Amino acid sequence: MSRLRPDLAIIANNIKAGSRVLDIGCGDGALMAALRQHKNVDARGMEINAANVSSAVARGLSVVQGDADMDLDEYPDKSFDYAILSQTLQTTKRPDQVLDNLLRIGDRAFVSFPNFAQWRIRFALMFGGRMPIMKQLPHSWYDTPNIHHVSLDDFRAFLKKRDVTIEGQWFLSGDKQRSSSMANLLAQHAVFLLRKAD
Amino acid sequence: MQEDTRFGLDKKIRLMGPVQLDSGAQFAPLDFAYESYGTLNADKSNAILICHALTGDQYVSSQHPLTGKPGWWINMVGPAKPIDTDKYCVICINVLGSCLGSSGPACEDPATGKPYAMDFPVITIADMVRAQAILLDHLGIEVLAGVVGGSMGGMLALSWAALFPDRVRSAVVIASTARHSAQNIAFHEVGRQAIMADPAWAGGNYYAGNKVPAKGLSVARMAAHITYMSEQGLTEKFGRNLQARPDGSEGAKSFGFDADFQVESYLRHQGLSFVDRFDANSYLYITRAMDYFDLAEPHDGVLAKAFAGTKTRFCLVSFDTDWLYPTSESRRIVHALNAAGAAASFVELSSPFGHDAFLLDTPELDRIISGFLSAGEGN
Repeated sequence: MSRLRPDLAIIANNIKAGSRVLDIGCGDGALMAALRQHKNVDARGMEINAANVSSAVARGLSVVQGDADMDLDEYPDKSFDYAILSQTLQTTKRPDQVLDNLLRIGDRAFVSFPNFAQWRIRFALMFGGRMPIMKQLPHSWYDTPNIHHVSLDDFRAFLKKRDVTIEGQWFLSGDKQRSSSMANLLAQHAVFLLRKAD
Repeated sequence: MQEDTRFGLDKKIRLMGPVQLDSGAQFAPLDFAYESYGTLNADKSNAILICHALTGDQYVSSQHPLTGKPGWWINMVGPAKPIDTDKYCVICINVLGSCLGSSGPACEDPATGKPYAMDFPVITIADMVRAQAILLDHLGIEVLAGVVGGSMGGMLALSWAALFPDRVRSAVVIASTARHSAQNIAFHEVGRQAIMADPAWAGGNYYAGNKVPAKGLSVARMAAHITYMSEQGLTEKFGRNLQARPDGSEGAKSFGFDADFQVESYLRHQGLSFVDRFDANSYLYITRAMDYFDLAEPHDGVLAKAFAGTKTRFCLVSFDTDWLYPTSESRRIVHALNAAGAAASFVELSSPFGHDAFLLDTPELDRIISGFLSAGEGN
């Protein structure tokens, strides 16, 4: 699983073998394929981009073209062991409702997103006075798919208000995992493992 | 191995059935015309059933005996094709009610020695599927590796999965729907009225004479053909272009009612050539079956219940310019499959060709279907 994107590798390493997984925003199915191959996981996916869906289906994965904002309501409660939302939360119209659905459909949820409060972005805003453009967030303000930027502390506060338990959290700078100290300032990416009590 | 005469091209068999029909009636005997390609393996696990569309037939990948044209899905089915006949035993059966050799209104009723005509029972999509199951029993095929169909064929594939979940490992449903909409029914009604308004239809009893309701059937085909194409496709193909005149001079308005526009000429040709290969009464019966189709109806209107507990893998494909069975109908099926916990794949492909896109060569569709079917191997 070494060639997976770092946040996906963290998710893959922490999923129990043989579980049922729904990967929302699964792209071309890289994580699903790895989970199927190495962890004997029954993986289903949802992806908005038709070309990505075609590639995923062509490699034999069960992926439906759909929109996390619109197409999650039909999935029954607790129908998966894990619901995964990687690098997609910040692109949804209603991240709160998407997260509600995620925690309803999955017994547990993995969520990964770029941390908007990392120091590089703070610096760019403070000294440049412009919306940051960097490797991690390469779009201009007018064409970015990332319409709901969020910091780690925002996300934690949101979870607390909704009684969501954090069962695991991992932080990344570049492709390297880093410690949790001052993560809101230092981490570029975060991966959370969440659970909501019934 | 001894050659099994039940398999091969242009096969015909009469089975005693009977098939139980949704109308409450039973129907027997059952004539089947079908073709198979490739070889059934020893454990009979590599059979794929292809379900044809309204006016389709069993000649998926071999020359049509009436028109001389190559098989209607020759780009999809064959050796090393996406549905690979080197790997799979592919079967296609002319549906019940049709006119290419399976029991239909044009066939002789053994009880009277005359064609059934309008005494043929009104059938449904589920009836067609139950009849096909009787033929598969005869062929010794208990479980299908896949059922594949576009348009009406997709309705059959969905019905197969809903009626015989243990017999279907995977279903491919292309440009189809789980119910006929009011608009779908309306277009079909135009076609049926055109046929029945043709004096030559004669209450359906036209088989003895030398006239068939050609005018009515061709108008029905013309109306239907419009629904198979997108506005964009029609515009690209014909625009407002005029026909060349019979004397070869350049197109000009005739200030009459000849086929001035190329699109008129095209539709007339489509209508006329259709009459040579299709029976008007079959058109009535099959369009009726499609109009009655609503997979959720026996399940209190809840489509997901039609697939409750299914182990079948599903692959749905729609086309963005298909306004006959638009993407929203495929999405409705996908939502139901998700609610039922089924393994489902779905993608909307982009094509300028409207509903007919499923019959045309679409590399992306090829990739999806071959990948989806391969993923089911060894299960």
